[in-house]
Amino acid sequence: MDVVAERRLGPSLATAGLGTLLPLTANRRDDSPTRRLSFEAHLPRDLSSCGDLNQQLMHLGGSESMRECEYSQISTRSSTPMETPYKKRTPKKRKWESFPGRNKFYCNGRIMMAKQTGVFYLTLVLILVTCGLFFTFDCPFLALQLTPAIPVIGGALFLFVLGTLLRTSFSDPGVLPRATPDEAADLERQIDVANGSSGYRPPPRTKEVVINGQTVKLKYCFTCKIFRPPRASHCSLCDNCVERFDHHCPWVGNCVGRRNYRFFYMFILSLSFLTIFIFAFVITHIILRSHQNGFLSALKDSPARYPFTHVVVCFFSVWSIVGLSGFHTYLISSNQTTNEDIKGSWSSKRGKDNYNPYSYGNIFTNCCAALCGPLPPSLIDRRGFIQSDTPQLTPPTNGITMYGATQSQQSHMVSEIETERPPPPLSSSSRAASQ
Amino acid sequence: MAETHSLQDMRQQAAIAAKVFIQRDYTNGTVCQFQTKFPSELETRIDKQQFEETVRTLNNLYAEAEKLGSQSYIEGCLACLTAYTIFLCMETHYEKVLKKIAKYIQEQNDKIYAPRGLLLTDPIERGLRVIEVTIFEERSLTR
Repeated sequence: MDVVAERRLGPSLATAGLGTLLPLTANRRDDSPTRRLSFEAHLPRDLSSCGDLNQQLMHLGGSESMRECEYSQISTRSSTPMETPYKKRTPKKRKWESFPGRNKFYCNGRIMMAKQTGVFYLTLVLILVTCGLFFTFDCPFLALQLTPAIPVIGGALFLFVLGTLLRTSFSDPGVLPRATPDEAADLERQIDVANGSSGYRPPPRTKEVVINGQTVKLKYCFTCKIFRPPRASHCSLCDNCVERFDHHCPWVGNCVGRRNYRFFYMFILSLSFLTIFIFAFVITHIILRSHQNGFLSALKDSPARYPFTHVVVCFFSVWSIVGLSGFHTYLISSNQTTNEDIKGSWSSKRGKDNYNPYSYGNIFTNCCAALCGPLPPSLIDRRGFIQSDTPQLTPPTNGITMYGATQSQQSHMVSEIETERPPPPLSSSSRAASQ
Repeated sequence: MAETHSLQDMRQQAAIAAKVFIQRDYTNGTVCQFQTKFPSELETRIDKQQFEETVRTLNNLYAEAEKLGSQSYIEGCLACLTAYTIFLCMETHYEKVLKKIAKYIQEQNDKIYAPRGLLLTDPIERGLRVIEVTIFEERSLTR
Protein backbone atom coordinates (compact mmCIF):
# COMPACT_ATOMS: atom_id res chain seq x y z
CA MET A 1 0.00 0.00 0.00
CA ASP A 2 1.46 3.35 -0.92
CA VAL A 3 2.01 5.74 1.89
CA VAL A 4 -0.45 8.56 1.67
CA ALA A 5 0.63 12.01 2.80
CA GLU A 6 0.26 12.10 6.51
CA ARG A 7 -2.20 14.49 8.08
CA ARG A 8 -1.71 15.19 11.73
CA LEU A 9 -4.97 15.08 13.52
CA GLY A 10 -4.82 16.86 16.81
CA PRO A 11 -5.92 15.27 20.04
CA SER A 12 -9.26 17.04 19.61
CA LEU A 13 -10.36 14.45 17.11
CA ALA A 14 -9.02 11.68 19.28
CA THR A 15 -10.92 12.89 22.30
CA ALA A 16 -14.12 13.74 20.51
CA GLY A 17 -16.73 11.16 21.26
CA LEU A 18 -14.25 9.28 23.38
CA GLY A 19 -15.91 9.92 26.67
CA THR A 20 -17.70 6.61 26.79
CA LEU A 21 -14.70 4.56 25.86
CA LEU A 22 -12.02 5.80 28.21
CA PRO A 23 -10.64 3.26 30.64
CA LEU A 24 -11.45 4.54 34.06
CA THR A 25 -9.81 1.88 36.19
CA ALA A 26 -6.95 4.14 37.18
CA ASN A 27 -9.28 6.71 38.73
CA ARG A 28 -11.10 4.48 41.10
CA ARG A 29 -8.11 3.44 43.15
CA ASP A 30 -7.46 6.98 44.26
CA ASP A 31 -10.39 6.83 46.63
CA SER A 32 -9.72 3.50 48.26
CA PRO A 33 -8.96 3.54 51.95
CA THR A 34 -5.67 1.77 51.32
CA ARG A 35 -4.42 4.79 49.44
CA ARG A 36 -4.96 7.07 52.41
CA LEU A 37 -3.39 4.59 54.74
CA SER A 38 -0.35 4.04 52.56
CA PHE A 39 0.10 7.76 52.11
CA GLU A 40 0.19 8.27 55.83
CA ALA A 41 2.65 5.41 56.13
CA HIS A 42 5.16 7.16 53.95
CA LEU A 43 5.43 10.38 55.93
CA PRO A 44 9.08 11.28 56.45
CA ARG A 45 10.30 10.76 59.94
CA ASP A 46 11.97 14.10 60.33
CA LEU A 47 8.67 15.95 60.20
CA SER A 48 7.91 15.56 63.88
CA SER A 49 5.82 18.70 63.71
CA CYS A 50 3.66 16.97 61.19
CA GLY A 51 3.46 13.95 63.46
CA ASP A 52 2.20 15.98 66.43
CA LEU A 53 -0.24 17.78 64.23
CA ASN A 54 -1.35 14.47 62.89
CA GLN A 55 -1.98 13.04 66.33
CA GLN A 56 -4.01 16.07 67.38
CA LEU A 57 -6.02 16.00 64.24
CA MET A 58 -6.59 12.27 64.28
CA HIS A 59 -9.74 12.88 66.21
CA LEU A 60 -11.14 14.84 63.33
CA GLY A 61 -10.92 11.89 61.04
CA GLY A 62 -8.33 10.28 58.83
CA SER A 63 -8.78 12.16 55.60
CA GLU A 64 -8.66 15.57 57.19
CA SER A 65 -5.45 14.74 58.96
CA MET A 66 -3.99 13.62 55.67
CA ARG A 67 -4.82 16.92 54.07
CA GLU A 68 -3.42 18.82 57.03
CA CYS A 69 -0.26 16.81 56.73
CA GLU A 70 -0.01 17.58 53.03
CA TYR A 71 -0.32 21.25 53.81
CA SER A 72 2.25 21.40 56.56
CA GLN A 73 4.59 19.14 54.63
CA ILE A 74 4.71 21.53 51.75
CA SER A 75 5.16 24.61 53.90
CA THR A 76 8.21 23.20 55.68
CA ARG A 77 9.90 21.55 52.76
CA SER A 78 9.43 23.72 49.74
CA SER A 79 10.97 27.15 49.37
CA THR A 80 8.06 28.76 47.58
CA PRO A 81 5.29 29.73 49.94
CA MET A 82 1.76 28.69 49.26
CA GLU A 83 -0.15 31.64 47.89
CA THR A 84 -3.54 30.38 48.84
CA PRO A 85 -3.94 27.80 51.57
CA TYR A 86 -6.51 26.05 49.41
CA LYS A 87 -6.24 22.45 50.45
CA LYS A 88 -7.02 20.81 47.13
CA ARG A 89 -4.54 22.85 45.11
CA THR A 90 -1.34 21.29 46.34
CA PRO A 91 1.20 21.32 43.50
CA LYS A 92 1.51 17.55 43.36
CA LYS A 93 2.53 15.70 40.29
CA ARG A 94 0.66 12.73 38.98
CA LYS A 95 2.54 9.51 38.44
CA TRP A 96 2.29 9.62 34.67
CA GLU A 97 4.36 12.79 34.59
CA SER A 98 7.38 10.93 35.89
CA PHE A 99 6.75 7.63 34.16
CA PRO A 100 10.10 6.08 33.24
CA GLY A 101 9.01 4.45 29.97
CA ARG A 102 8.93 6.06 26.54
CA ASN A 103 5.21 6.65 26.38
CA LYS A 104 3.12 9.66 25.63
CA PHE A 105 0.22 10.58 27.86
CA TYR A 106 -2.80 12.69 27.06
CA CYS A 107 -5.85 13.91 28.93
CA ASN A 108 -3.97 14.14 32.22
CA GLY A 109 -2.89 10.52 32.17
CA ARG A 110 -6.08 8.92 30.91
CA ILE A 111 -4.69 8.15 27.47
CA MET A 112 -1.45 6.25 27.00
CA MET A 113 0.29 5.72 23.68
CA ALA A 114 3.69 4.85 22.29
CA LYS A 115 6.16 7.53 21.35
CA GLN A 116 5.82 7.23 17.57
CA THR A 117 2.22 7.81 16.67
CA GLY A 118 2.52 8.91 13.05
CA VAL A 119 1.37 5.60 11.62
CA PHE A 120 -1.62 5.57 13.95
CA TYR A 121 -2.84 8.83 12.45
CA LEU A 122 -2.35 7.29 9.03
CA THR A 123 -4.57 4.37 10.03
CA LEU A 124 -7.23 6.79 11.25
CA VAL A 125 -7.08 8.80 8.05
CA LEU A 126 -7.31 5.72 5.84
CA ILE A 127 -10.32 4.40 7.69
CA LEU A 128 -12.10 7.76 7.82
CA VAL A 129 -11.43 8.63 4.20
CA THR A 130 -12.45 5.23 2.86
CA CYS A 131 -15.63 5.14 4.91
CA GLY A 132 -16.33 8.77 4.16
CA LEU A 133 -16.16 8.14 0.43
CA PHE A 134 -18.32 5.05 0.79
CA PHE A 135 -21.04 6.85 2.71
CA THR A 136 -20.99 9.89 0.47
CA PHE A 137 -20.95 8.29 -2.94
CA ASP A 138 -22.11 4.72 -2.74
CA CYS A 139 -24.66 4.72 0.02
CA PRO A 140 -27.22 7.09 -1.47
CA PHE A 141 -27.38 4.99 -4.64
CA LEU A 142 -27.42 1.67 -2.83
CA ALA A 143 -29.94 2.81 -0.24
CA LEU A 144 -32.34 3.74 -2.98
CA GLN A 145 -31.70 0.81 -5.28
CA LEU A 146 -31.34 -1.98 -2.77
CA THR A 147 -32.11 -1.33 0.87
CA PRO A 148 -31.45 1.40 3.45
CA ALA A 149 -30.08 -1.28 5.74
CA ILE A 150 -26.75 -1.01 3.92
CA PRO A 151 -25.69 2.37 5.29
CA VAL A 152 -27.06 1.40 8.70
CA ILE A 153 -24.98 -1.76 8.92
CA GLY A 154 -22.03 0.05 7.42
CA GLY A 155 -22.38 2.80 9.99
CA ALA A 156 -22.56 0.36 12.88
CA LEU A 157 -19.49 -1.50 11.67
CA PHE A 158 -17.62 1.76 11.19
CA LEU A 159 -18.40 2.91 14.73
CA PHE A 160 -17.36 -0.45 16.17
CA VAL A 161 -14.07 -0.36 14.24
CA LEU A 162 -13.33 3.14 15.45
CA GLY A 163 -14.25 2.31 19.02
CA THR A 164 -12.04 -0.75 19.22
CA LEU A 165 -9.17 1.05 17.49
CA LEU A 166 -9.25 3.90 19.97
CA ARG A 167 -9.59 1.53 22.87
CA THR A 168 -6.56 -0.49 21.69
CA SER A 169 -4.46 2.59 21.09
CA PHE A 170 -5.30 4.48 24.23
CA SER A 171 -5.28 1.84 26.92
CA ASP A 172 -2.43 0.49 28.97
CA PRO A 173 -1.35 -2.79 27.33
CA GLY A 174 -0.33 -4.32 30.65
CA VAL A 175 2.85 -2.46 31.51
CA LEU A 176 4.72 -3.78 34.51
CA PRO A 177 5.94 -1.00 36.77
CA ARG A 178 9.64 -0.96 37.46
CA ALA A 179 11.00 -2.30 40.71
CA THR A 180 11.40 0.02 43.68
CA PRO A 181 15.02 0.48 44.82
CA ASP A 182 14.42 -1.78 47.83
CA GLU A 183 13.12 -4.60 45.68
CA ALA A 184 15.98 -4.25 43.21
CA ALA A 185 18.53 -4.31 46.01
CA ASP A 186 16.90 -7.36 47.53
CA LEU A 187 17.02 -9.21 44.20
CA GLU A 188 20.64 -8.23 43.71
CA ARG A 189 21.48 -9.61 47.12
CA GLN A 190 19.77 -12.91 46.32
CA ILE A 191 21.55 -13.21 42.99
CA ASP A 192 24.92 -12.40 44.52
CA VAL A 193 24.38 -15.03 47.16
CA ALA A 194 23.46 -17.56 44.51
CA ASN A 195 26.40 -16.77 42.25
CA GLY A 196 29.10 -16.33 44.84
CA SER A 197 31.89 -13.87 44.22
CA SER A 198 33.94 -15.68 41.66
CA GLY A 199 36.38 -13.87 39.44
CA TYR A 200 34.89 -14.67 36.07
CA ARG A 201 31.54 -13.52 34.77
CA PRO A 202 28.74 -16.00 35.50
CA PRO A 203 26.02 -16.62 32.88
CA PRO A 204 23.21 -14.05 32.50
CA ARG A 205 20.52 -13.99 35.09
CA THR A 206 17.71 -16.46 34.54
CA LYS A 207 15.43 -18.36 36.80
CA GLU A 208 13.85 -21.62 35.79
CA VAL A 209 10.31 -22.50 36.67
CA VAL A 210 8.25 -25.54 35.86
CA ILE A 211 4.81 -24.68 34.59
CA ASN A 212 2.43 -27.51 33.85
CA GLY A 213 5.33 -29.81 33.19
CA GLN A 214 7.26 -27.48 30.88
CA THR A 215 10.46 -25.76 31.97
CA VAL A 216 10.19 -22.05 31.37
CA LYS A 217 13.12 -19.64 31.73
CA LEU A 218 12.39 -16.33 33.42
CA LYS A 219 14.78 -13.65 32.33
CA TYR A 220 15.98 -10.74 34.40
CA CYS A 221 15.20 -7.36 32.87
CA PHE A 222 18.09 -4.96 33.42
CA THR A 223 16.01 -1.91 32.67
CA CYS A 224 13.06 -2.71 34.90
CA LYS A 225 15.17 -4.63 37.46
CA ILE A 226 12.69 -7.46 37.80
CA PHE A 227 12.50 -11.05 36.77
CA ARG A 228 9.99 -10.97 33.98
CA PRO A 229 6.88 -13.06 34.57
CA PRO A 230 6.32 -15.82 32.01
CA ARG A 231 5.05 -14.48 28.67
CA ALA A 232 6.10 -10.96 29.51
CA SER A 233 8.59 -9.22 27.27
CA HIS A 234 10.38 -5.92 27.20
CA CYS A 235 9.32 -3.65 24.37
CA SER A 236 12.37 -1.77 23.16
CA LEU A 237 10.26 0.89 21.48
CA CYS A 238 8.27 1.78 24.59
CA ASP A 239 11.02 0.77 27.04
CA ASN A 240 8.57 -1.12 29.24
CA CYS A 241 8.05 -4.70 30.25
CA VAL A 242 4.58 -5.71 29.11
CA GLU A 243 2.61 -8.65 30.41
CA ARG A 244 1.68 -11.28 27.86
CA PHE A 245 3.47 -9.26 25.22
CA ASP A 246 2.10 -9.92 21.77
CA HIS A 247 3.81 -7.34 19.58
CA HIS A 248 4.25 -3.62 19.17
CA CYS A 249 1.84 -2.46 16.53
CA PRO A 250 2.77 0.83 14.83
CA TRP A 251 -0.61 0.93 13.04
CA VAL A 252 -2.28 1.16 16.39
CA GLY A 253 0.44 3.26 17.97
CA ASN A 254 0.80 1.08 21.06
CA CYS A 255 2.01 -2.28 22.31
CA VAL A 256 -0.47 -5.12 22.21
CA GLY A 257 -0.41 -7.01 25.49
CA ARG A 258 -2.59 -8.62 28.07
CA ARG A 259 -4.97 -5.75 28.66
CA ASN A 260 -5.69 -4.69 25.11
CA TYR A 261 -5.29 -7.87 23.07
CA ARG A 262 -9.02 -8.46 22.92
CA PHE A 263 -9.64 -4.93 21.67
CA PHE A 264 -6.94 -5.39 19.06
CA TYR A 265 -8.49 -8.63 17.88
CA MET A 266 -11.96 -7.08 17.76
CA PHE A 267 -10.49 -4.21 15.80
CA ILE A 268 -8.87 -6.32 13.08
CA LEU A 269 -11.86 -8.65 12.92
CA SER A 270 -14.37 -5.85 12.52
CA LEU A 271 -12.06 -4.04 10.13
CA SER A 272 -11.95 -7.19 7.97
CA PHE A 273 -15.74 -7.26 7.89
CA LEU A 274 -15.86 -3.57 7.14
CA THR A 275 -13.39 -3.75 4.25
CA ILE A 276 -15.12 -6.79 2.77
CA PHE A 277 -18.46 -5.02 3.19
CA ILE A 278 -17.26 -1.86 1.48
CA PHE A 279 -15.44 -3.80 -1.21
CA ALA A 280 -18.51 -5.88 -1.99
CA PHE A 281 -20.88 -2.94 -2.14
CA VAL A 282 -18.62 -0.73 -4.22
CA ILE A 283 -18.42 -3.51 -6.76
CA THR A 284 -22.20 -3.92 -6.55
CA HIS A 285 -22.59 -0.21 -7.12
CA ILE A 286 -20.42 -0.28 -10.25
CA ILE A 287 -22.22 -3.33 -11.58
CA LEU A 288 -25.67 -1.86 -11.01
CA ARG A 289 -24.71 1.41 -12.62
CA SER A 290 -23.20 -0.30 -15.61
CA HIS A 291 -26.39 -2.32 -16.04
CA GLN A 292 -28.34 0.89 -16.09
CA ASN A 293 -26.05 3.06 -18.17
CA GLY A 294 -23.28 0.93 -19.59
CA PHE A 295 -19.84 0.42 -18.10
CA LEU A 296 -17.99 3.49 -19.39
CA SER A 297 -20.62 6.02 -18.42
CA ALA A 298 -20.81 4.37 -15.00
CA LEU A 299 -17.18 5.30 -14.53
CA LYS A 300 -17.77 8.83 -15.74
CA ASP A 301 -20.63 9.34 -13.30
CA SER A 302 -18.53 8.78 -10.22
CA PRO A 303 -15.95 11.51 -9.79
CA ALA A 304 -12.24 11.15 -10.59
CA ARG A 305 -12.10 7.37 -11.10
CA TYR A 306 -12.68 7.05 -7.42
CA PRO A 307 -14.20 3.55 -7.63
CA PHE A 308 -10.98 2.16 -8.98
CA THR A 309 -8.75 3.63 -6.30
CA HIS A 310 -11.32 2.59 -3.79
CA VAL A 311 -11.40 -0.92 -5.15
CA VAL A 312 -7.62 -1.13 -5.23
CA VAL A 313 -7.25 0.07 -1.62
CA CYS A 314 -9.93 -2.30 -0.47
CA PHE A 315 -8.45 -5.20 -2.36
CA PHE A 316 -5.06 -4.86 -0.71
CA SER A 317 -6.56 -4.18 2.72
CA VAL A 318 -8.79 -7.19 2.44
CA TRP A 319 -5.91 -9.54 1.83
CA SER A 320 -3.62 -8.11 4.50
CA ILE A 321 -6.23 -7.52 7.19
CA VAL A 322 -8.18 -10.71 6.62
CA GLY A 323 -4.90 -12.56 6.67
CA LEU A 324 -3.94 -10.93 9.94
CA SER A 325 -7.33 -11.74 11.45
CA GLY A 326 -6.92 -15.34 10.44
CA PHE A 327 -3.47 -15.48 11.98
CA HIS A 328 -4.65 -14.01 15.26
CA THR A 329 -7.64 -16.34 15.33
CA TYR A 330 -5.17 -19.20 15.14
CA LEU A 331 -3.08 -17.65 17.93
CA ILE A 332 -6.09 -17.19 20.17
CA SER A 333 -7.34 -20.70 19.65
CA SER A 334 -3.94 -22.13 20.57
CA ASN A 335 -3.34 -19.55 23.33
CA GLN A 336 -0.04 -18.29 21.99
CA THR A 337 1.33 -14.82 21.54
CA THR A 338 2.83 -13.52 18.28
CA ASN A 339 6.14 -13.38 20.12
CA GLU A 340 5.99 -17.07 21.04
CA ASP A 341 4.82 -18.12 17.61
CA ILE A 342 7.60 -16.28 15.83
CA LYS A 343 10.24 -17.71 18.14
CA GLY A 344 8.68 -21.15 17.89
CA SER A 345 8.71 -21.50 21.67
CA TRP A 346 6.05 -24.20 21.77
CA SER A 347 6.41 -25.75 18.36
CA SER A 348 6.87 -29.48 18.17
CA LYS A 349 9.94 -28.93 16.01
CA ARG A 350 11.90 -28.05 19.13
CA GLY A 351 11.39 -31.40 20.70
CA LYS A 352 8.94 -34.18 21.08
CA ASP A 353 7.85 -33.12 24.53
CA ASN A 354 7.48 -29.47 23.71
CA TYR A 355 3.94 -28.22 24.18
CA ASN A 356 2.23 -25.02 25.21
CA PRO A 357 1.75 -25.06 28.99
CA TYR A 358 -0.69 -22.17 28.94
CA SER A 359 -3.22 -23.71 26.62
CA TYR A 360 -6.43 -24.90 28.26
CA GLY A 361 -6.60 -27.91 25.97
CA ASN A 362 -9.56 -27.02 23.81
CA ILE A 363 -10.14 -24.21 21.33
CA PHE A 364 -13.36 -22.97 22.86
CA THR A 365 -11.87 -22.39 26.32
CA ASN A 366 -8.81 -20.73 24.82
CA CYS A 367 -10.99 -18.31 22.86
CA CYS A 368 -13.21 -17.55 25.81
CA ALA A 369 -10.24 -16.97 28.05
CA ALA A 370 -8.62 -14.55 25.63
CA LEU A 371 -11.74 -12.62 24.67
CA CYS A 372 -14.16 -12.86 27.56
CA GLY A 373 -11.86 -13.47 30.50
CA PRO A 374 -11.56 -10.99 33.37
CA LEU A 375 -9.90 -7.72 32.41
CA PRO A 376 -7.07 -7.01 34.83
CA PRO A 377 -6.68 -3.42 35.99
CA SER A 378 -3.75 -1.24 35.07
CA LEU A 379 -0.76 -1.81 37.32
CA ILE A 380 0.82 1.54 36.78
CA ASP A 381 -1.82 3.84 38.31
CA ARG A 382 -1.17 6.69 35.92
CA ARG A 383 -3.41 9.24 37.57
CA GLY A 384 -2.38 8.64 41.16
CA PHE A 385 -0.42 11.34 42.91
CA ILE A 386 3.23 10.89 43.68
CA GLN A 387 3.55 10.38 47.40
CA SER A 388 6.26 11.72 49.67
CA ASP A 389 9.54 9.94 50.28
CA THR A 390 9.47 6.43 51.58
CA PRO A 391 12.24 6.13 54.17
CA GLN A 392 14.76 4.16 52.20
CA LEU A 393 16.66 1.55 54.09
CA THR A 394 19.24 0.75 51.43
CA PRO A 395 21.82 3.20 50.19
CA PRO A 396 21.88 4.08 46.50
CA THR A 397 23.00 1.12 44.47
CA ASN A 398 26.47 2.42 43.74
CA GLY A 399 28.48 -0.32 45.26
CA ILE A 400 26.77 -3.30 43.77
CA THR A 401 28.82 -5.13 41.22
CA MET A 402 26.96 -6.32 38.17
CA TYR A 403 27.61 -10.01 37.83
CA GLY A 404 26.53 -11.41 34.57
CA ALA A 405 25.86 -8.11 32.92
CA THR A 406 27.34 -7.58 29.50
CA GLN A 407 29.60 -4.61 28.99
CA SER A 408 26.94 -2.49 27.34
CA GLN A 409 24.37 -3.33 29.98
CA GLN A 410 26.89 -2.64 32.70
CA SER A 411 27.66 0.78 31.35
CA HIS A 412 23.94 1.38 30.95
CA MET A 413 23.41 0.45 34.59
CA VAL A 414 26.32 2.59 35.75
CA SER A 415 25.09 5.57 33.81
CA GLU A 416 21.64 5.05 35.26
CA ILE A 417 23.03 4.99 38.79
CA GLU A 418 25.23 8.00 38.26
CA THR A 419 22.45 10.30 37.15
CA GLU A 420 21.22 12.65 39.83
CA ARG A 421 18.29 10.54 40.74
CA PRO A 422 17.25 7.08 39.68
CA PRO A 423 14.10 6.74 37.60
CA PRO A 424 11.55 7.43 40.31
CA PRO A 425 9.75 4.31 41.39
CA LEU A 426 6.04 4.69 41.37
CA SER A 427 5.28 4.31 45.04
CA SER A 428 7.72 6.86 46.37
CA SER A 429 8.18 10.38 45.29
CA SER A 430 10.70 11.80 42.93
CA ARG A 431 13.28 13.31 45.20
CA ALA A 432 14.11 15.95 42.68
CA ALA A 433 10.66 17.40 43.20
CA SER A 434 11.45 18.30 46.75
CA GLN A 435 15.19 18.87 46.71
CA MET B 1 -9.87 4.81 63.98
CA ALA B 2 -8.03 3.75 67.12
CA GLU B 3 -6.16 1.00 65.34
CA THR B 4 -4.99 3.37 62.66
CA HIS B 5 -3.84 5.74 65.37
CA SER B 6 -1.44 3.18 66.74
CA LEU B 7 -0.28 2.28 63.25
CA GLN B 8 0.34 5.96 62.62
CA ASP B 9 2.46 6.23 65.75
CA MET B 10 4.38 3.14 64.82
CA ARG B 11 5.15 4.27 61.30
CA GLN B 12 6.21 7.73 62.29
CA GLN B 13 8.30 6.86 65.28
CA ALA B 14 9.65 3.43 64.42
CA ALA B 15 12.68 2.92 62.30
CA ILE B 16 12.61 0.38 59.56
CA ALA B 17 14.93 -2.48 60.29
CA ALA B 18 14.46 -4.48 57.11
CA LYS B 19 12.12 -5.26 54.26
CA VAL B 20 11.27 -8.73 53.13
CA PHE B 21 9.85 -9.41 49.69
CA ILE B 22 7.62 -12.38 49.00
CA GLN B 23 8.03 -13.14 45.32
CA ARG B 24 5.51 -14.50 42.88
CA ASP B 25 5.00 -18.20 42.40
CA TYR B 26 4.70 -19.06 38.71
CA THR B 27 4.33 -22.81 38.96
CA ASN B 28 0.66 -22.55 37.99
CA GLY B 29 1.26 -20.28 35.06
CA THR B 30 0.67 -16.57 34.86
CA VAL B 31 -2.06 -16.50 37.52
CA CYS B 32 -1.22 -14.19 40.40
CA GLN B 33 0.04 -16.36 43.24
CA PHE B 34 2.67 -15.67 45.87
CA GLN B 35 5.18 -18.06 47.37
CA THR B 36 4.07 -19.44 50.69
CA LYS B 37 7.61 -20.21 51.82
CA PHE B 38 8.20 -18.61 55.20
CA PRO B 39 11.08 -16.10 55.06
CA SER B 40 13.76 -16.57 57.68
CA GLU B 41 13.83 -12.90 58.70
CA LEU B 42 10.33 -13.17 60.11
CA GLU B 43 11.04 -16.18 62.29
CA THR B 44 11.47 -14.12 65.43
CA ARG B 45 8.46 -11.94 64.80
CA ILE B 46 5.54 -14.01 63.75
CA ASP B 47 4.16 -17.50 63.78
CA LYS B 48 4.83 -19.46 60.62
CA GLN B 49 1.28 -20.78 60.43
CA GLN B 50 -0.18 -17.34 60.78
CA PHE B 51 1.92 -15.94 57.97
CA GLU B 52 1.31 -18.81 55.63
CA GLU B 53 -2.41 -18.51 56.31
CA THR B 54 -2.32 -14.87 55.27
CA VAL B 55 -0.46 -15.61 52.05
CA ARG B 56 -2.73 -18.53 51.26
CA THR B 57 -5.83 -16.40 51.74
CA LEU B 58 -4.36 -13.74 49.46
CA ASN B 59 -3.60 -16.38 46.84
CA ASN B 60 -7.17 -17.61 47.01
CA LEU B 61 -8.50 -14.10 46.61
CA TYR B 62 -6.34 -13.45 43.56
CA ALA B 63 -7.39 -16.78 42.08
CA GLU B 64 -11.00 -15.71 42.56
CA ALA B 65 -10.29 -12.45 40.74
CA GLU B 66 -8.82 -14.20 37.72
CA LYS B 67 -11.16 -17.15 37.69
CA LEU B 68 -12.68 -18.12 34.36
CA GLY B 69 -16.24 -18.91 35.18
CA SER B 70 -19.70 -18.15 33.93
CA GLN B 71 -19.72 -14.85 35.78
CA SER B 72 -16.61 -13.55 34.07
CA TYR B 73 -17.82 -14.73 30.67
CA ILE B 74 -21.16 -13.00 31.11
CA GLU B 75 -19.42 -9.84 32.19
CA GLY B 76 -17.04 -10.06 29.23
CA CYS B 77 -19.77 -10.58 26.66
CA LEU B 78 -21.98 -7.90 28.14
CA ALA B 79 -19.07 -5.49 28.10
CA CYS B 80 -18.30 -6.29 24.47
CA LEU B 81 -21.92 -5.77 23.43
CA THR B 82 -22.12 -2.40 25.14
CA ALA B 83 -18.75 -1.38 23.65
CA TYR B 84 -17.25 -1.44 27.15
CA THR B 85 -19.32 1.54 28.22
CA ILE B 86 -20.82 -0.58 30.95
CA PHE B 87 -17.66 -0.09 32.99
CA LEU B 88 -18.59 3.52 33.44
CA CYS B 89 -21.38 2.40 35.74
CA MET B 90 -20.00 -0.69 37.35
CA GLU B 91 -16.66 -2.07 38.43
CA THR B 92 -15.08 -5.07 36.87
CA HIS B 93 -15.09 -8.25 38.91
CA TYR B 94 -11.33 -7.98 39.25
CA GLU B 95 -11.59 -4.51 40.78
CA LYS B 96 -14.20 -5.67 43.25
CA VAL B 97 -11.90 -8.44 44.43
CA LEU B 98 -8.97 -6.03 44.64
CA LYS B 99 -11.00 -3.91 47.01
CA LYS B 100 -11.72 -6.99 49.09
CA ILE B 101 -8.01 -7.75 49.15
CA ALA B 102 -7.18 -4.22 50.26
CA LYS B 103 -9.65 -4.50 53.11
CA TYR B 104 -8.29 -7.90 54.09
CA ILE B 105 -4.72 -6.63 54.19
CA GLN B 106 -5.69 -3.64 56.26
CA GLU B 107 -7.54 -5.87 58.66
CA GLN B 108 -4.57 -8.25 58.93
CA ASN B 109 -2.23 -5.34 59.50
CA ASP B 110 -4.40 -3.94 62.25
CA LYS B 111 -5.01 -7.19 64.07
CA ILE B 112 -1.94 -9.30 63.57
CA TYR B 113 1.01 -7.56 61.98
CA ALA B 114 1.09 -4.11 63.53
CA PRO B 115 1.20 -5.43 67.12
CA ARG B 116 4.29 -7.41 66.10
CA GLY B 117 6.00 -4.49 64.43
CA LEU B 118 5.37 -5.64 60.88
CA LEU B 119 3.52 -4.07 57.98
CA LEU B 120 2.19 -5.70 54.84
CA THR B 121 2.04 -3.58 51.70
CA ASP B 122 -0.76 -4.33 49.27
CA PRO B 123 0.85 -6.06 46.26
CA ILE B 124 -1.12 -3.88 43.85
CA GLU B 125 1.06 -0.98 44.91
CA ARG B 126 4.08 -2.95 43.80
CA GLY B 127 2.58 -3.94 40.46
CA LEU B 128 1.52 -7.38 41.77
CA ARG B 129 5.18 -8.41 41.79
CA VAL B 130 5.83 -8.87 45.50
CA ILE B 131 4.27 -8.74 48.93
CA GLU B 132 6.46 -6.28 50.77
CA VAL B 133 6.74 -6.90 54.50
CA THR B 134 8.30 -4.03 56.39
CA ILE B 135 9.95 -4.97 59.66
CA PHE B 136 10.09 -2.16 62.20
CA GLU B 137 12.61 -1.97 65.00
CA GLU B 138 11.19 -3.23 68.25
CA ARG B 139 12.05 -0.41 70.63
CA SER B 140 9.74 2.31 69.38
CA LEU B 141 6.43 0.47 69.47
CA THR B 142 3.90 2.34 71.58
CA ARG B 143 1.29 -0.38 71.73
